[in-house]
Amino acid sequence: MSSVDYHSNPGLKARLAARGLDSVTLLVLPAIALLVGLFVYPFLYGLWLSFNPKDGSLLGNYFKFFSDPFLYDTIGTTLKLAVPVTILNLVFAVPVAFRVRLMKNQRLLTTILVLPITLGTVLVAEGMLNYLGPQGWANRIMMLFGIISSPVKLTNNYWGVMLSLVITGFPFTFLLTLSYISGIDPALEQAAATLGAKASARFRHIFLPLLIPGLAITFCLSFVQAYSVFPSAVLLGAPAGPTRVISIAAYQAAFEEYDYSMASAIAMIMGAVQLVVVAFVLQIRNLFYRGPAGGAKG
Amino acid sequence: MVSNEKSVGSRLWIFAVWATTIFFIINLFGIIAAVVTSSFATRWLRAWFPDGFTTKWYFSAWAEFQLGDLLIVTFQIVFAVVFLSGLIGVPAAYAMARRNFPGKQIVLLLLLLPLLVPPVTFGIPLATVLYKSGLGGTMFGVILANLVPTVPFVILVMIPFIEQIDPRVEAAARVFGAGTFRMFIHVLLPLLLPGVLASLLLVLVRTIAMFELTFLTAGPTSQTLVVALYYAVFAAGVRAVQSIDAMAVVYMVTTLIWLVIALRFVNPTQMVTRAKQQPAH
Repeated sequence: MSSVDYHSNPGLKARLAARGLDSVTLLVLPAIALLVGLFVYPFLYGLWLSFNPKDGSLLGNYFKFFSDPFLYDTIGTTLKLAVPVTILNLVFAVPVAFRVRLMKNQRLLTTILVLPITLGTVLVAEGMLNYLGPQGWANRIMMLFGIISSPVKLTNNYWGVMLSLVITGFPFTFLLTLSYISGIDPALEQAAATLGAKASARFRHIFLPLLIPGLAITFCLSFVQAYSVFPSAVLLGAPAGPTRVISIAAYQAAFEEYDYSMASAIAMIMGAVQLVVVAFVLQIRNLFYRGPAGGAKG
Repeated sequence: MVSNEKSVGSRLWIFAVWATTIFFIINLFGIIAAVVTSSFATRWLRAWFPDGFTTKWYFSAWAEFQLGDLLIVTFQIVFAVVFLSGLIGVPAAYAMARRNFPGKQIVLLLLLLPLLVPPVTFGIPLATVLYKSGLGGTMFGVILANLVPTVPFVILVMIPFIEQIDPRVEAAARVFGAGTFRMFIHVLLPLLLPGVLASLLLVLVRTIAMFELTFLTAGPTSQTLVVALYYAVFAAGVRAVQSIDAMAVVYMVTTLIWLVIALRFVNPTQMVTRAKQQPAH
């Protein structure tokens, strides 16, 4: 093939290659096939299944969910756990991350904090049953220092789940926040300091506006984790009452009542509620500054 | 360091921040130490420390929970997941890093969704589909379910890594007559190896600890260690607490060995952040 031919009448292969489609692009296909088959298809199938309940009506599952307090209360229960925990984790993570940012050797601290994430919620729940129990070390130490006179009930209730979400959630929030803070060019802070801005002013006028997008993402990811709490709500909480979260309701529908249609409906409601919260947070973020955090070139 | 003079307020603030951090870490170690101490305890009731120490719970836990079989199943599943996510993920990351094709944004969204939607939400429809197709409860089903978050994870970690390799290196290999296969073996693979190793170690640690997806799709013969631990704690009272704690320690050691290996190659912040690009300066 001469070059003249090539330009006047490019073959299909050449035309596709010009648009970025050649044999290398095909390498992405197995991954797409896997995700379509195991993520998109099950999701759509679940959505379809949720509209085909046992009683044959279209919205039967959704009516059942929103008319039975044992089911619809799970949304409130989950939010009552997830929202305060996420805010608490973020409020603690930001100042700690600001301090750690100045440390020369962060590696030891970040390694310690990655432990609960790596060990997972099941192990943390198991450990907390010992540690926070009526005869556990936590209660003993508080009694030793005279903070309390008799053991406080910290397991098999709301507080057990709440604390387990702090133990696994705080390191996650902190490491995410730290990576966002390290992404801000230190020259910006130095410039502000040179011009006489105090630490609090530097935080309010330099860091906070640059951090808002990152904090919004951190909030969303931490919220999603706390929102889908399952093992610790069962093991450390009171799964029949105060910590009957929405994932327990979905699990029971699927694997105890074998009503996959209802289970899919609960999973869809769970996804929808979470999407509403995430969309709300990202909407707030849009009210603030959006732009590069790198400084210098521009 | 920006300024050296510090007011009383800022000193107090710094102290409060560190006190909170240390308080958190003390509690974290307390939780872990409570499990380890209990697993070696002869009898531990109403006291600060157990009456005596023994290793007998490890032997009884090993027999009671069939820990040998559990460990074999766990590692079969985990290594299959690691191998398959590398095999599918790395070439896909290469295509994503080197080509701009129509619909790339949609593919990127498809990769992000399984990492943003929590495992319980997509795990229940996924488990339904797997059970309907007869794969639910099998080891193959568990492996497939675990691939859903790990393949996008590998791709998103590898994309910036591949982007920083100069394409001219590949072009040079081509000029000297290397075919695609030889270029891959002699040029790309050595350059990509650190990134592949790091991302696959992260997948390994994450898969050992992945509770929800395995829990929803596993049957009696395809349970991993973490799911068996959950059932043991759930049915607490049937067996001695120390025995369950011994199992928890076995799980902890299994995870931590791989964490220590992983931390030689990756930064701890990479355990939570995906595909973070190195700053240019």
